[in-house]
Amino acid sequence: MDPLTWTGSLAFINPIFLIALVLLAASILLWMGVSILTAGTRHVANADGTMTLAGNPQAMASLGVRTTFFAVAVLALAYVLLGLTLGSGAGIIGAMSRQLLPTWAALVILFGLSISFKRRLGLYGKLFDSPIGMIGFALVMFWVFTGVFAAMDLIATHDPLAQLSGMKNKVPGTPVRGAEAGDYAWYLLGGDNLARDVFSRMVKGAWEVLKYAPLATLFAFMVGITLGLPAGYYGGRLDTVLSFLANLILAFPVILMFYLLVTPEIVATGLPQYMAVVLFAFPLIFCGVLIHSRFRTQPSKNKLWLAVVLVPMALLYLSLVNAPGSKIDFWPLDFFDVPGGVLVVFVSVVFVNSPTVFRIVRGLTMDIKSRDYVAAAQTRGERPWYIMLWEILPNVRGPLIVDFCLRIGYTTILLGTLGFFGLGLPPESPDWGSTINDGRKLLQIYLHPALPPAVALMSLVLGLNLLADGLREESLKD
Amino acid sequence: MGLFILRRSGVMIITALCLTFIVFFLTNLYPNLEKLAKTEGNFRMSDEAVASWLDKNGYGQPIAIKYGQWLGVVPGWTREGEDGITGRCIDGTATAEIAAQAPRYCGILQGDWGYSTRFKTDVGEIIETRLGNTGYLMMWVLILMVPSALIIGVLAGMREGSALDRSLSTVSIMTTATPEYVSGVIFIAVFASSTVGLKWFKGTATAAMENPTFENFFLPVLTIALYGMGYIARMTRASMTEVMTAQYIRTARLKGVSFGNIVLKHALRNALIAPFTVIMLQFPWLLNGVVIVESLFNYKGFGWALVEAASNNDIELLLAVSVVSVVVVLLTQLISDIGYVFLNPRIRIA
Repeated sequence: MDPLTWTGSLAFINPIFLIALVLLAASILLWMGVSILTAGTRHVANADGTMTLAGNPQAMASLGVRTTFFAVAVLALAYVLLGLTLGSGAGIIGAMSRQLLPTWAALVILFGLSISFKRRLGLYGKLFDSPIGMIGFALVMFWVFTGVFAAMDLIATHDPLAQLSGMKNKVPGTPVRGAEAGDYAWYLLGGDNLARDVFSRMVKGAWEVLKYAPLATLFAFMVGITLGLPAGYYGGRLDTVLSFLANLILAFPVILMFYLLVTPEIVATGLPQYMAVVLFAFPLIFCGVLIHSRFRTQPSKNKLWLAVVLVPMALLYLSLVNAPGSKIDFWPLDFFDVPGGVLVVFVSVVFVNSPTVFRIVRGLTMDIKSRDYVAAAQTRGERPWYIMLWEILPNVRGPLIVDFCLRIGYTTILLGTLGFFGLGLPPESPDWGSTINDGRKLLQIYLHPALPPAVALMSLVLGLNLLADGLREESLKD
Repeated sequence: MGLFILRRSGVMIITALCLTFIVFFLTNLYPNLEKLAKTEGNFRMSDEAVASWLDKNGYGQPIAIKYGQWLGVVPGWTREGEDGITGRCIDGTATAEIAAQAPRYCGILQGDWGYSTRFKTDVGEIIETRLGNTGYLMMWVLILMVPSALIIGVLAGMREGSALDRSLSTVSIMTTATPEYVSGVIFIAVFASSTVGLKWFKGTATAAMENPTFENFFLPVLTIALYGMGYIARMTRASMTEVMTAQYIRTARLKGVSFGNIVLKHALRNALIAPFTVIMLQFPWLLNGVVIVESLFNYKGFGWALVEAASNNDIELLLAVSVVSVVVVLLTQLISDIGYVFLNPRIRIA
């Protein structure tokens, strides 16, 4: 087998793509320069009572940016599409594009359906009116689909933990030595310092991130909301105490906290498990109060809903905190075990994130509680928790959804930081932070092991930021 | 105002006490002490030997007393052995006369930070040199980060929705989406790699501790500055766009003041109030970045000391590190509160 080049038989597009990129950069610079010097488009009143927008240098510059951006996008798409058809004939990019076929298919279906039904989909549909939001959503969903399909073993070319002899630190596109008939014949993005496939580790790493980041953020939101609502609504001494505790955690340097919580000695004392008992109880409390405050006056319905929601959640909760051979080991019905290190990472990320959510929810609640509809509910004689969860919470959902997106990105960064310092997660784990940490030792000589996970992490977080921006823009419109 | 500062300082001291107690508690949990005894003494120690070692070195006391001793409000422990007296405030073993002259209290209130088991020197000395290195790094980070973030924010915010605004906003979103360990890796790849890079800068900053030059010091500074910059720039932009829609700006425009004058003389001062607090509140995150960048570029500063202390369970050094970082964080919060009141005449605090 011959080593693959980056673009293979598509090499003829490269100079065109390069020219398009240079033109795009030049036109953006021109656009920026022109916008400082000249004013925007002018409205011109015509004699017949109509209005037209007068063209000017700025409009032309913006047209230039749009054209060159379009050209770059078309050429990038050409790489992907031709790569899909040619496979490894189109070099590394083509082979990767072929491997990612399930992701592309899922993305096309999702975007096709969403755009055709966007008027019926509420805020989610409105996202497709904002180009920024769409780009962000596409980036996020790309990694979501890649992660999910990688977990189903549809994308990775090799086992992310397998070390193949002779592949140590090999450059991208190196053929695997002595590959059998069924094996994939190349290391698409090269091998790392333990001769593992960088591409497979990167796509598997996407799943590692997806497993933890959104769930940890969700837990942090449950904790933050359950504590922030009463703190903002009641105020007074409760607020003082909870705010002091939140500030206490916020003043703690995050890395120091991780180092203190994640060491094996602390794990042996069971402290993270006790923290898990407290932190993971909040979703239960939240859902219980949510249902009870709604159906308080209809006892039969109340009992039914509480049972339907709380029993499975309680079972999950108990099997989550219960682990045989640790400090908490009493519950016989243990469905699954979370590896000790993972639980610790999860707990510390939730712990670090929840005070910020608490402060946001508290601030929003203090702002909303003086509104008329809250006063109306109070006059009706509604209970405080009903007002908090069913009157205030739905009305602060906009900022909370936006912050949720941002916070998933931030959690991804935190998980990467943990991996970067080799804390918590198992050392072989393909998550992006650990992979960057592995790759950085030889960074001066071999770039390829560290660069793909770094770019992957950056693009995911960038996507989440853009998505949050798009959501904020669209939710402010109404 | 005086009362406000007093109250804030009180809260700050309570916070610092709580946080150091938490660190003290976590580092003094029994498995940690056991590890310490084994690294200091002998890895094959039996459980009884560990217990007696801990007892002999003053770790066997109740946690509150140990914390008091570390703080310097409880007299240091002393212990009479066969060949003399040992104690917290006594170096090694001493005779009764020398022991009698040793100070009774020796905690951080007396300026005694303790002894580092990792570096085998006084903690105060380590903190001083390491903090000096990091202080120098931070100085350049702030010099690079703050003006460029403010300029980007003001330029983007003065004409909302313009081409300049959109492109600068995209740049700032991109920098906030790139954590230090990612941008650092990319910078080293592009600018410092010996195989494919441009070789403009050095990939390590080890030499920068003695002889900082542009070549070996710029990349770490840039890496930390970029991540914080995007956030400050976005806050500045938000505050600037808000100010630019205010009534008095419209009045100035209608009076015929030129756009440059409006931005520089009318809008800028009011637009910089919010970023001031944001910059101050960035310090905890900068500290995070410092730890990452110092490990990545092998620059032996405060963050490096933190990593070394934490991974070797060096209790006294870890406590000192946390005291310093907590005090820095709380002080910047205090300054940001007070500064906000000074800068914003609309806020009155009795």
